Amino acid sequence: MANRVRAAYRRRAPGEPRALGYLYIAPALVVFVAMVIVPLGQSVWYSLFSWDGLSVATWVGVGNYTALVSDPTLRGPFLHALVLLIFYSLLPILLGLLLAAAMSRVRVRGLTFFRTVLFLPQVLAMVVVAVTWRWIYAPGGLLNEALRLVGLDGLTHSWLGDFTLALPAIGVAGTWVGFGLCMVLFLAGVQTIPRERYEAARLDGAGPLQEFRAVTLPALRPQIAVAATLTIVAGLRNFDLIYLTTAGGPGNSTAVPAYEVYHRAFEIGQVGSAAAVGIGLTVLIFLLTVVVSRLVEGTQ
Amino acid sequence: MISSRLDRTLTYAVLVLFVVIALVPVLQIVSTALSSNEHAQPGLLLPDGLHWHNFVDAWQRGHFGTYLRSSVIVTVVVVVAAAVLSTMAAYAFGTMRFPGVSVLFYLFLLGLTVPEEALVIPLYYDFRGLGLTDTYWALILPQTAQSVAFGTYWMRTYFSRSSREITEAARIDGASTWSILWRVLVPSGRPAITTLVVITFMWTWNEFLLALVMVSSDARRTVPLGLAFFQGQHSSDVALLAAGAVLVALPVVIVYLAFQRRFIEGMLSGAVKE
Repeated sequence: MANRVRAAYRRRAPGEPRALGYLYIAPALVVFVAMVIVPLGQSVWYSLFSWDGLSVATWVGVGNYTALVSDPTLRGPFLHALVLLIFYSLLPILLGLLLAAAMSRVRVRGLTFFRTVLFLPQVLAMVVVAVTWRWIYAPGGLLNEALRLVGLDGLTHSWLGDFTLALPAIGVAGTWVGFGLCMVLFLAGVQTIPRERYEAARLDGAGPLQEFRAVTLPALRPQIAVAATLTIVAGLRNFDLIYLTTAGGPGNSTAVPAYEVYHRAFEIGQVGSAAAVGIGLTVLIFLLTVVVSRLVEGTQ
Repeated sequence: MISSRLDRTLTYAVLVLFVVIALVPVLQIVSTALSSNEHAQPGLLLPDGLHWHNFVDAWQRGHFGTYLRSSVIVTVVVVVAAAVLSTMAAYAFGTMRFPGVSVLFYLFLLGLTVPEEALVIPLYYDFRGLGLTDTYWALILPQTAQSVAFGTYWMRTYFSRSSREITEAARIDGASTWSILWRVLVPSGRPAITTLVVITFMWTWNEFLLALVMVSSDARRTVPLGLAFFQGQHSSDVALLAAGAVLVALPVVIVYLAFQRRFIEGMLSGAVKE
């Protein structure tokens, strides 16, 4: 140990001061530990109790965690979150790949314009996204009006009030937020693929589909990993959109862990259970990010 | 050549289709915000004239003037504090060697993965214990910490790439580490710092959950929280709600249009690859 410390010091450049590094890190570290690390530890501690936020808490050990699996009102939100990832993550990636495939065959002019517009939904506050999508799904809203316009009156719905349709409806709003990010990533990636690879594939008689599978898709692997990580993390963290469109309803059909944390801790006084959901969500995010990066490395 | 022309047309058709999809929900808000309230209804109608007074109404009757003030105070403090703190920390992580350097850095990286949902409950009880709920501190301190995690990660990349020769030349000239940082590295790192600033600006401006938990008085509400409350109370006042939504989105959109490349670069860097 002492040797390693000495070795660490010896690698310093000549004239470089010793302990100064700690001083530069200290202010950031203090704020970070007090506002992130300590609360994270407290959350774990809270999650081991049954507590209504007011009276004395009772120790329940891992009880709140086993409930995540056994209690359907807790299992449901986690399942909903996984369903939403199809919309938040998978669909944007597929749409992005579609566009990338189309654009791999031509040099596009005005790329900056397209990039700016497609990425725009990413920078809007979720509150604003919620307002506009509530209107789109309203009984007299854009979607129903469009359906009536093409004579599909039978398909009109009160989208966010429907037990089976509310979850996918929110999902589509999430797809709208995320697809531009994936497209921008993949467009940048596609433009760096050497033209010769496409020419070689064409000489071998590859059609557009084979060309995509043999050239475009493998080359975009790193970008796909980044897109998957970003959209999965953002999707699982997404509280605002659910809270402001359906508040978990109708029934519990659109409840997700991020919403359940707020609802239990601040609306119905189940603080311990809420903390366990928060920690469970953290673990899930961590696991999925690791899985994504493993998948990418493993197949290279 | 025919196939290439077909490719071209098809590509632009797909692109334009997606541009329309991206813009329709945005245009819906803008056109509603400009309509008179009798005319306004959710949907894509051309506004009946340009009713700018909706914005005045939102500002006064909707209290958006107050909310914008809170948002500006919180955002400015968080952005400046996070930029200074993470620049200093990243400088040490990127250019100095000392025991524990990588352990400490991984601690900061952890902060990039932890969702706010895992922190917000203890934060609420801690701040309440200190009598600090419903103050700007309750919004500033947690958000500074969360931005510092990203900022340290982001700026370290810049500092570890920065030229060792320049730093050493400055040191031989007798410059202290402090003046090397602020006189040499920070001025030449302006692009990286700009990215950091615009990204933390957007995150802080758009933050909702923390404000919802911490703030109870009208005077402390930030714009996203104010808009949510307005939606709850005046959901029939469509034109005003739309005007409020524009006021929430506009500052970020303006900064986004001005620094589009930095914005995209920063947001795409969030997927940590170590």
